[in-house]
Amino acid sequence: MHQPTITQAKHQLLEKKYSAVELLDAVYKRIDAVDGKVKAYIHLTRDLAHQQAEEADKKLAAGEDAPLLGVPIALKDLICMKDTHTTCASHILENFVSPYDATVVKRLKEAGAVLIGKTNMDEFAMGSSNENSYFHVTKNPWDLNRVPGGSSGGSGAAVAANECMGALGSDTGGSIRQPAAFCGITGLKPTYGRVSRFGLVAFASSFDQIGPMTKTAEDAAILMNVIGGHDPMDSTSANVPLPDFTAALSKDVKGLKVGIPKEYFGKGLDSDVEKAVQEAIKTLESMGMQAVEVSLPHTEYAVATYYILACAEASANLSRYDGVKYGYRSKHADNLMDMYTNTREEGFGEEVKRRILLGTFVLSSGYYDAYYLKGQKARTLIKQDFEEAYKKCDVMAGPIAPVPAFKLGEKLDDPLQMYLSDIFTISANLAGIPAMSIPCGQSKDNLPIGLQLMGKHFDEETLLNVAHRYQHTTDHHLNHPTL
Amino acid sequence: MSSDSFDIEKIAFLARLKLTEDEQTRLGRQFEGILQHIDQLNRLDTENVEPTSHVLPLQNVFREDEVKTIFEDGKYLPLAPRQDKDHYEVPQII
Repeated sequence: MHQPTITQAKHQLLEKKYSAVELLDAVYKRIDAVDGKVKAYIHLTRDLAHQQAEEADKKLAAGEDAPLLGVPIALKDLICMKDTHTTCASHILENFVSPYDATVVKRLKEAGAVLIGKTNMDEFAMGSSNENSYFHVTKNPWDLNRVPGGSSGGSGAAVAANECMGALGSDTGGSIRQPAAFCGITGLKPTYGRVSRFGLVAFASSFDQIGPMTKTAEDAAILMNVIGGHDPMDSTSANVPLPDFTAALSKDVKGLKVGIPKEYFGKGLDSDVEKAVQEAIKTLESMGMQAVEVSLPHTEYAVATYYILACAEASANLSRYDGVKYGYRSKHADNLMDMYTNTREEGFGEEVKRRILLGTFVLSSGYYDAYYLKGQKARTLIKQDFEEAYKKCDVMAGPIAPVPAFKLGEKLDDPLQMYLSDIFTISANLAGIPAMSIPCGQSKDNLPIGLQLMGKHFDEETLLNVAHRYQHTTDHHLNHPTL
Repeated sequence: MSSDSFDIEKIAFLARLKLTEDEQTRLGRQFEGILQHIDQLNRLDTENVEPTSHVLPLQNVFREDEVKTIFEDGKYLPLAPRQDKDHYEVPQII
């Protein structure tokens, strides 16, 4: 019973094949059976989820309906849910209990979702492997010796291992799409401003975006209908109409132009990944789409630009962790300055410190123009690349990551190599466009490979439409790991 | 731009981080590589390029200045590591 998609679970709950409580029990039974190996979760919210499932059953019995009524959903542990822990996988927030709901959580609750737990991640969403969690390392359900990707690796692994029907992640430089690719699931980073960030612990505020991680594009559309839309509590939330994403799924994709960015193919791209992505492009053509070559000439500068700007924003955002109002405080301090420095030294992990230091440096007096301002100008050039490319196409397609899931520990001692593995996902965050990952094949080692689809600002509809039609034509998304 | 300019002790102080000697050495070495990579931006001619701070054409968001209860009273102070009655408690400042 733990295998259904959100769409299937919805139907089966309405048909009374099982109750919301029975579905929840089956999901927790699955978690109890496999999470000792996968370690996707940091906290389970069994009691609250049970209450929500009972509530859903009452509503179902009364003939009520809501988009996610009785459906078990997991949350990445940087999204605040009232009266539960939100740790960001950091020692500094280890005991933090959120006093309020994030807007996305409020909307999930209103839609009848059953919120089952908080998933593991790289500390403060900084990382591409989940190895930067303070608590434990999440394993890839396809190969327990490999990383699930990051930073939303816990959400990716939980969906892939059938430990939830769907999950929310967040994506600052690829943190939804890369773990979705590594775990063989569907992940969507919406347009910047499409989903409220209120209650999302901030990493880099001009990049962060919450999005769905699911088994299918159809499920992603259902979640987007619930979590998307303007929110007065987030001043960067876009006040634009929210379309019905599920209505767009079945539209004909014939005649749509798919741009193939030539910079995304070539040196460094694993041959299995290239083969699977090229095969996927042929499938898109067989569906009636027209492939055209496009160019994103500043792609090689994306990683450098991103690490200047995202670290600068992170250094400012994380200055709030000072041991005064909430979170961890060092016990070793006789004066205020020691309290600040010891709290932050003991509370943050090494990757977080690395990024705070880099961000502080690029913003510091004498280096601001050379680094931060230069980065902002490079961001303009990268954004303009996309504007030019979209004159020739409706969506773009390419790889998510140069390689499939890598081995645990493989890149841990070389932060630059880890950063460079984000080369194909980072540009979408710099340009603010929506982008998604869908499974498009398996490597020789039976590891999933992700196809990246990128869209125009606020055009998640076309992305979800193409992804849904692709999943109608192929069955890569139906592959499951054996645990 | 040059990666030689990275004074890790000074930056750590600005960031209110107290690094161990071991961390200073290791992170310092890593920053050399990272900054060398970042320095490739020097190849870009950005003379007449406007900086992007935000991808959306955002404008200030205004609202009426009304008193509203957004956060429940009494929920926030108990989150502090140390508090005294209705105050946050910190080590001696002066």
